[in-house]
Amino acid sequence: MTQISRDDVLHLARLSSLELTDGEIDGLASDIGNILGYVEQLNQLDTEGVEPTYQVTGLSNVWRDDKIINYGVTREELLARSHEVVDSQVKVPKVL
Amino acid sequence: MTISEVINQIKATSAREVVENSLRLARENDDYHALLSLTEERALQRADQVDSGQITGKLAGVPFVVKDNFLAFGAPTTAASKMLEKFDAPLQATAVEKLEAEGAICIGKANLDAFAHGGSTENSAFGPTKNAFDKERVAGGSSGGSAVVTALSIVPFALGSDTGGSIRQPASYNGAVGIKPTYGTVSRFGVVAMASSTDVIGPITSNLQDAETVMSIISGRDERDMTTLPDYFEVRSEIKPVQKIGLIKDFMSEDVEKDVRNRVNEYVEKLRSAGHIVEEVELPMAEYSLAIYYIIVPAELSSNLARYDGIRYGHRSEGVKTLAELYGKTRDEGFVTENKRRIMIGSYVLSSGFFDAYYLKAQKARTLLIDEFNKLFANHDCLIGPTAPTTAFKLGENTADPIKMYLNDIMTVPASLAGIPAISVPGGFDSSGLPVGVQLIGPMRSDASLMALARSMENL
Repeated sequence: MTQISRDDVLHLARLSSLELTDGEIDGLASDIGNILGYVEQLNQLDTEGVEPTYQVTGLSNVWRDDKIINYGVTREELLARSHEVVDSQVKVPKVL
Repeated sequence: MTISEVINQIKATSAREVVENSLRLARENDDYHALLSLTEERALQRADQVDSGQITGKLAGVPFVVKDNFLAFGAPTTAASKMLEKFDAPLQATAVEKLEAEGAICIGKANLDAFAHGGSTENSAFGPTKNAFDKERVAGGSSGGSAVVTALSIVPFALGSDTGGSIRQPASYNGAVGIKPTYGTVSRFGVVAMASSTDVIGPITSNLQDAETVMSIISGRDERDMTTLPDYFEVRSEIKPVQKIGLIKDFMSEDVEKDVRNRVNEYVEKLRSAGHIVEEVELPMAEYSLAIYYIIVPAELSSNLARYDGIRYGHRSEGVKTLAELYGKTRDEGFVTENKRRIMIGSYVLSSGFFDAYYLKAQKARTLLIDEFNKLFANHDCLIGPTAPTTAFKLGENTADPIKMYLNDIMTVPASLAGIPAISVPGGFDSSGLPVGVQLIGPMRSDASLMALARSMENL
């Protein structure tokens, strides 16, 4: 069984850009540990020399003509859904 | 309620009357909490346009519902989350556009597990949907609302999405038909992404003919979804008279409820009476499917859900000073615990040092599963088994233990991982009167023949 500590959960939360409420941490630690424990049964399988499947219908690099597809939506309509727009650009809080 | 019955009603009365009737039924049944919103104004406007002849098509005036992870006009697209609670879609999903082009009228948005993460609709940020046959039980999920509105005859059909069973299992729990097509059959453009390598779109209906009608409209290549396949779906009027069908032994163990096994065995007997050959087959990799699924799917969804950052659209946390704080707080407030759990598992299995042991291992195991399916399909037309190991469970029964909840998907995830078509059809009831679903699974792109076979069995 994989042990997941509170610190592990906080690390995963940081990797995932997630803040957690304090009450969630212990529950998530045990749930994530249990789920990882469950999926580790795959170690029983011999996958030596087996190719991984990332895509099921055999597609790879689907090409199309370099032309604009009309999505029926304007730049203004999309920007209208942002929280802060200055000169047609989305504004974000300071990074550092 | 079938599509042809509704079309007859429209002819006898008007599209407006039929749409008003659906809206009234939706309101009368609001205690099931199957719908998150009604698109009333737009629906009535379109109904009037049908009555005046401005809108025509195969489904002119026929009301339907979409799961609330489909972008559609007339109401917010919430994905049952706080993150998108007020999100007003700037465009519509291709599947919705195609139905509208045939005159169909969307009357509302169905409840789901937030971002389609779940198998009971209990993970909706706005409260669970109740089962159409017993209000103390779950609707199933994640397309729970879509299954319940169909089962309650509020509309003749609804659209859902299926990543690991989210159309089939709720259809099974509510006595409806649920179709998970071959991966790439129906465009996913305009549908909130979950796991890109298994997500598919399909209908929930009351019978096979309606499912075929809807599939023939929504399927086909879409230049806005590069994973779509060239259109191959066409309704089959004839079926292969003697089919060889494999009963998946691994799905019929003692762990599966006896009533469920009995109903599946009865369906098998009906197939035999109709002249088909049914024999037991083994799918040993089925046992590992859920483990494969709970590595690949969290990995993919953790990437897909990275876009919800509080900047371009969706919920944004107030009163934060830095960008990192904005991301963290927005995502804390916008996601339910199950979303967070899955995102963090995804981050874990994709993180450096663990990638090979989890993600790569799972993708290799997925190949082994697909190989087993291919071997069975080399001498079987399709496979059969239950859709889920139990009938609908009680609300709250599985919420404390995620693995117990996940185990309910054990029979639906194999077809999702392989990308092959699988459908759930009503197979009768258990001793408490709850519906049992029978699942038929076919090889890649056999959707039409699988549905034709199921249709041929409907009245036997």
